[in-house]
Amino acid sequence: MAGHSTYVPKTAVGRWFESRLPIVGLIHSSFVVFPNPRNLNYLWTFGGILAFMLVAQIVTGITLAMHYTPHATMAFGSVEHIMRDVNYGWLIRYLHANGASMFFVAVYVHIFRGMYYGSYKAPREILWILGVIIFLLMMATAFMGYVLPWGQMSYWGATVITNLFSAFPVVGETIVTFLWGGYSVDNPTLNRFFSLHYLLPFMIAGVVVLHIWALHVPGSNNPAGIEKKTDKDTLPFHPYFTVKDALALVVFIMLYCWFVFYTPNFLGHADNYIEANPAVTPAHIVPEWYFLPFYAILRAIPDKLMGVLAMFGSIAVLAFLPWLDTSKVRSGSYRPMFRFFFWLFAVNAVILGWLGAKPADGLYVIASRICTAYYFGYFAILFILGFVEKPSKLPASIAESVLGRQGSAAAVGASAAAEPNTKG
Amino acid sequence: MKLAMLRTLAVAAGLAFAAPAFAAGETPVPPQNDWTFNGPFGRFDKTQLQRGFKVYKEVCAACHSMGLVSFRNLSQEGGPGFTAGQVKALAETYQIKDGPNDAGDMFERPGRAADRFPAPFPNKQAAAAANGGAYPPDLSVIAKARTYERGFPWFVFDMATTFQQQGVDYLVALLTGYEDAPAGVEVPAGKYYNKYFPGHIISMPNPLSDGAVEYPKTADGRPQAPETARQYAKDVAAFLMWAAEPHMEARKALGFKVLSFLLLFAGLLYFTKKKIWSRVESAAAH
Amino acid sequence: MATTAAEPTRRDFLFIATGAVGAVGIASAVWPFVSQMAPDAATVAAGAPVDVDLTPVAEGQILKLFWRGKLIFVRHRSAQEIKDAQSVDVASLRDPEADAKRVKAGKDQWLVVYGNCTHLGCVPLGNEGAYKGWFCPCHGSVFDTSGRIRQGPAPTNLPLPPYEFVSDTKIRIG
Repeated sequence: MAGHSTYVPKTAVGRWFESRLPIVGLIHSSFVVFPNPRNLNYLWTFGGILAFMLVAQIVTGITLAMHYTPHATMAFGSVEHIMRDVNYGWLIRYLHANGASMFFVAVYVHIFRGMYYGSYKAPREILWILGVIIFLLMMATAFMGYVLPWGQMSYWGATVITNLFSAFPVVGETIVTFLWGGYSVDNPTLNRFFSLHYLLPFMIAGVVVLHIWALHVPGSNNPAGIEKKTDKDTLPFHPYFTVKDALALVVFIMLYCWFVFYTPNFLGHADNYIEANPAVTPAHIVPEWYFLPFYAILRAIPDKLMGVLAMFGSIAVLAFLPWLDTSKVRSGSYRPMFRFFFWLFAVNAVILGWLGAKPADGLYVIASRICTAYYFGYFAILFILGFVEKPSKLPASIAESVLGRQGSAAAVGASAAAEPNTKG
Repeated sequence: MKLAMLRTLAVAAGLAFAAPAFAAGETPVPPQNDWTFNGPFGRFDKTQLQRGFKVYKEVCAACHSMGLVSFRNLSQEGGPGFTAGQVKALAETYQIKDGPNDAGDMFERPGRAADRFPAPFPNKQAAAAANGGAYPPDLSVIAKARTYERGFPWFVFDMATTFQQQGVDYLVALLTGYEDAPAGVEVPAGKYYNKYFPGHIISMPNPLSDGAVEYPKTADGRPQAPETARQYAKDVAAFLMWAAEPHMEARKALGFKVLSFLLLFAGLLYFTKKKIWSRVESAAAH
Repeated sequence: MATTAAEPTRRDFLFIATGAVGAVGIASAVWPFVSQMAPDAATVAAGAPVDVDLTPVAEGQILKLFWRGKLIFVRHRSAQEIKDAQSVDVASLRDPEADAKRVKAGKDQWLVVYGNCTHLGCVPLGNEGAYKGWFCPCHGSVFDTSGRIRQGPAPTNLPLPPYEFVSDTKIRIG
């Protein structure tokens, strides 16, 4: 994905193969010699972590599908069968359930990193929009996956979220009936959700390929937000970034494993251990934590249709970020006013999440409205900020931002001497 | 129109069944218990699970099913530690409906270790009809299906302390939470007042009383644990925790191995990373 | 690995150790995913013995039943069929086995065998084929009245499930 490969196989068989399908060269140029900005911090490891989480979810998910039964009367029992009888079934199921949460932890870090360092700006608009599409697909996948155990939260979450579509005038009720395949959430709904839950991760994987492709055209953005100019601004992907990504990944997996082995139900809801009952709604119906900010936006607006539009709009607006942010400077590190509004936005998102878990009455509603207003207001502020903000001075080059002015001059010789094996 | 009607029906049906919870209101927080299975190294107390099973069998099982648990589970690793022989003998004391046979009839046979615990009622409707309209919930995962709100900041600390015992603490509180209704609260006929039940009006009568279940005796002829309602509640709650999470011991044990391994691997990667990056970072250090 | 560092051995050791530990980790992580393919605890436990009443099985009839999800034939053999099975030169068989070894002593009329062809698992048809034992329609294997392979591609005789006579008219399989 990085243009022409300089890779030459050592063996005759390798050369024969490579001249017919240059896939090893593609990997070599994309993940071995690919020049990455040398100043990438640990926030840039979350792309790799997300790739790992996608694979982990697909592997555990396919395994679970071998034992799961997508039927309204058997789904709950089959999940418990996995938990009780299948060898390591409890492990694989907890990996998958908590994996969804860890996937979202990583994606939120990844998104906020992109927003802080202006990674959505030219020439990375398509890269960013592909990311928003992945995020949407992830949300759809996670939502449908949560329905599959057919517990109380599964059932009522499915009911509430599918009913969102009934807000649309004229066609709304028909859409909902088609989504259900009946007149309420029932077995046909469960079956199609299972089918789509299995399909969507592969669509995500497809868009991820495009996402990486689009990334490797301009290369990674970096904390300084300036483009790489010379070789001394970059380091080869391997071994520098492979080892850095691996370290971050293992630390991330430790957090993941902590949840899986010690608090596997912390991020879930007790009500989902009660089998779906269409006659009783749980007292507090809340989505999974990663949907809470959007859920708060939905409930902040007293009109059904407007609420739904606001919720969808809160994600759609991200796709327009490249054009809503008018500043010429990418990195938040050099934008003093932006930084204030950015962190306010981040805190605002956390508060929205908290509000999403609270009952929709009294002060909570008022607070939700204020936070929703700021959520959307942030994008308007970004638009204006580009015209009024005075950025601080940018470094002349990436190398200078890491090594300092003197170091960058010295590094020309030093780094060249230190990596004679980068093409090997 | 049709939907609206269905919803009305659903609400009516919901009122007929015992709803788990409505307004939590002024329900007190269940006190925490000092369980042997707390924390990353926690394990079940086998003798407690055996006592708890006895309480379940002699008291709870009269009305509550436990349909996801099999007799054989009682002798599996990490459980109450019954022997396979004990389990076989126990299973044979139950009559299990099987069939159809060659004549096409259902028949009853003695239980086997592989059988699930039979339900006390043939179906949900029969269970509800026999219990004043309230269906006694299945107890297989009840210890994970009940909780109470931890609230900020406790839920943040729970991540670090691995606190996962809301359900089992709630069960103890509920089973010992029966008391006279305070003045001004009217308890309908056939219902009871419970301090910890959300909404306080519960369909289940107080199931436990001192001395109701005989515990195994120790060498000096005294019961293994006090034969009190409080002790019964704790023992049966522990048993239900195991029933809901039968692989908990294996999970925590494997977790320790995995995390130790990852810590070692992360350490090695840290030094490897430092070593590799020192090639280019030494340039910055001078 | 060309390098300018002063202590190549220590560095190499570190790299090898990290790589080895990582490989161990990946291999360990694979195990649960392999292990889950094995029969689960419920399936393993469900293989309880089954009792079969032989009284309704008339001479010449073959009863089909399942144990552990596997098909089993219980065949009530006629005197002629027993004689045919016993009079074969055992040494000439592909899978040499005397008829006496395939039935319980004194119960020559009862043959109990697994009901799937040892070639590729199809169900052979009873009382068919050149030896009036079984004939497998899939690939033409022919079994005699003792369930032994006589012609066709199947390599071995129809295997015997574990069973015993509880009484003269009742067997327990398993």
